[in-house]
Amino acid sequence: MSGAEQSADDRGTLAAVWEQDAVKLTALVSGLFAAYVVGGLLLSYGLRQQLNELAQLSFFIAVFAMLALALNLHWGYTGLFNIGVIGFMGIGIYTTAILSKGATLTEPAAGTTGGFGLPLWIGIIGGVVAAGLFGGLVALPALRLRADYFAIVTVGLSEVVRFTLLEQSLQQGQVLGYWVGLGGGSGLLLDFDPVDRLLGAFGLLESYTRFSERTGEAIGIGSNPKPVFDGILYGLVLLVFLVGFYVLLTRVGSSPYGRVLKAIREDEDATKALGKDTDRFKIKAFVIGCALMGLGGILLYASQGAITPNAFRPRITFFVWIALIIGGAGSNTGSVMGGAIFAAVLYQGPIFFSNVIEGSFEIDAVNTFAQAVGPLAAADPVPLLAYTVDNIGQLRFVIMGLVLIYLMHNRPEGILGHRKETASTIPLGRRRAKTGGSPPATDGGEENRGVDGE
Amino acid sequence: MGVSDSYERGREFLIEDPIRAALVIVFVVLALDLVRQLAVGQTQFSEFGVLLKDGLMRGLFFGLAGIGLSMTYSILNFANFAHGDLITGGAFGGVAATYVIAGGFGTEAALGSLLLVGAGGSVFGAALGIGVATSPLAVLAGVVVAAVASIALALIIDRFVYKPIRDRSGITLLITSIGVAFALRYLIVFVFGPGRRGVTDPSGIPSVAVPVIDGTVNVDLHEVSLLVVAVVLMLGLHFLLQRTRLGKAMRAMADNEDLARITGIPTERVVRFTWIIGAGLAGVAGYMFVLWNETLHWFQFWSLLLPVFAAVILGGIGSVYGAIAGGLVIGFVMSLSVVWIPGGLSRAAAFLIMIAVLLVRPEGIFAGRSTA
Repeated sequence: MSGAEQSADDRGTLAAVWEQDAVKLTALVSGLFAAYVVGGLLLSYGLRQQLNELAQLSFFIAVFAMLALALNLHWGYTGLFNIGVIGFMGIGIYTTAILSKGATLTEPAAGTTGGFGLPLWIGIIGGVVAAGLFGGLVALPALRLRADYFAIVTVGLSEVVRFTLLEQSLQQGQVLGYWVGLGGGSGLLLDFDPVDRLLGAFGLLESYTRFSERTGEAIGIGSNPKPVFDGILYGLVLLVFLVGFYVLLTRVGSSPYGRVLKAIREDEDATKALGKDTDRFKIKAFVIGCALMGLGGILLYASQGAITPNAFRPRITFFVWIALIIGGAGSNTGSVMGGAIFAAVLYQGPIFFSNVIEGSFEIDAVNTFAQAVGPLAAADPVPLLAYTVDNIGQLRFVIMGLVLIYLMHNRPEGILGHRKETASTIPLGRRRAKTGGSPPATDGGEENRGVDGE
Repeated sequence: MGVSDSYERGREFLIEDPIRAALVIVFVVLALDLVRQLAVGQTQFSEFGVLLKDGLMRGLFFGLAGIGLSMTYSILNFANFAHGDLITGGAFGGVAATYVIAGGFGTEAALGSLLLVGAGGSVFGAALGIGVATSPLAVLAGVVVAAVASIALALIIDRFVYKPIRDRSGITLLITSIGVAFALRYLIVFVFGPGRRGVTDPSGIPSVAVPVIDGTVNVDLHEVSLLVVAVVLMLGLHFLLQRTRLGKAMRAMADNEDLARITGIPTERVVRFTWIIGAGLAGVAGYMFVLWNETLHWFQFWSLLLPVFAAVILGGIGSVYGAIAGGLVIGFVMSLSVVWIPGGLSRAAAFLIMIAVLLVRPEGIFAGRSTA
């Protein structure tokens, strides 16, 4: 919008715009953190609980932002309608688990299948590669499909992945002498702690443990302070990964390769006519995005201690979609903002809010909706409110759905407005602008067909 | 024509379309293997009969539920991901009506518990003696209410959600329908609770044992009811589409919307009837499926949405008869696949067939015949 004129001016203004983005992003995230701190104060949380809450918040913000960034490469840049995100995440973490779980050479007891006992970093690389390869396998035949067919194929495949993970006959077996398997319905225990492994790799584990115990004692967060610090450290590690995702995808997006992707999104036939092998570009973009989704899945589940197939339902795919649409598809900054808002407001927010309410008022919620609605006849709304607060875990999904409908009605371009990066290297605003060599406008584009109307 | 002729055609087919030829070969091999298994007794005829019957029941549901999905896909031009939850909503409404009537309007249990289909284990279908034979009136009312509830839900949602963005792209509508699905599904949990409930009285369903070569196949009244209701509704729809002005208008609109509008067909009215017919059939299908399946829970039809999509795609999007045939094929695939693969993967098999059809023949197996 306003950027369309500004960005044409010179690099200085562009840098200012970019800085604004960074400022906005920092302000948003710190605002969300501040709101949680205030909520924690309202609940008279102790320091330990506050720290846990903030660690969890940064964990979810980072995870959803990363996944939204990966999805943005598919949908926002290339126009690939992938609603099988969770399938690629599942393949990522399952591969990591199988590669890096402790090796078991004798037949294990039921439900305790082992792995190949490889170092965790090899497992993570393996998981990312597996997700990418599966993406390639899907992409090869499916990319020529219409967007809505492609959507049905991807969501179908993500369910096929889940059914396979659930399958009893693949629960465990012997491969090269190791007892490995998918664990069936009971899933897999993850016997590695990513934080410990990371610190151990640098030989810092002992000094870290000592540090956490001393500091924990000093600031008074009770006995066994290590899990608190683990949570914070893992949240920070994820934020570092998030920055990595952002830098990588921003570089991809502004490279000549990224411009072709955006051109494919705008008009695939025209791009083909310009001599670009669009299929190859699309396959590459799809594989990269899937690999990043695999990494997102690994980072999301690696610290959970266990994984079960039924956690990998399409629901999580739609979470990522809501995050992306909140921020506005087509912009990396928007994706991060969408991920942050989704995680803090829609995903964690309602539960936190209901905790605040339940902590502040004495609430004795009834068990069924009938008991909650019945007293309304006597103009007593309290049971219904109490029931609502008590069942906020389900109600938040209703809110998510309504938010998605609202956004599609009123702001399909995301809450930040037109931020979709255009395929062009030059600003498509007024013609009097200097054209030489300025990078693509971060928010300079009009929507797809609006360009013609200039 | 001679043998060489058909040989020549077969060779051409194989070269021109190797993927489809491979699918045909797989199908033939499986069929031959089935004959072998039956002949040597690896699979008993009676077992096979049970699978066939289950496949037919599922297939009828998929077909009946798929008609609405197929019609909205072709007339409104989007894949409606909220279709499954629409069916769940209708089924809950219908079963609630059945509970209320079978429960004597609150004499056998608290009216609130009956209305909420026994949320939290407060009342059970078996205790109320629900079944086609034991409480026919309650079931009949349930069927009607299920249809009405689905239609009301569909019309309300269309009015407030889809109508304002009718002119947008199919993708926008698809994403919006995902939002609708979320809101609807969790609203159902919010109201009715997350429990999975048995809604019929299994001891009150009369059944007959039909002798098959090496055993028997039990057929009960609920299965016969599902079959009869499905066939009657399908015939009724066929009559509606072929003989009435509305049917003609709907077929015209599915073929070419702009042309239909130019000829003076009131498109909004046709859209309304599309929702009414599609949602009504889906609601009845859902209710009959719940009776057959004997259980009801909040994500039941969300998890059956993809097989319904598979049926619609298989039959060709927009084709009502295709949806019915596709539904039967998917139903049979899901239940017969256990002859060869583990039961846990039967749904995976159905999805893989859907994906294969999308890749090889996206216009469906009855291509070029969009009937409505």
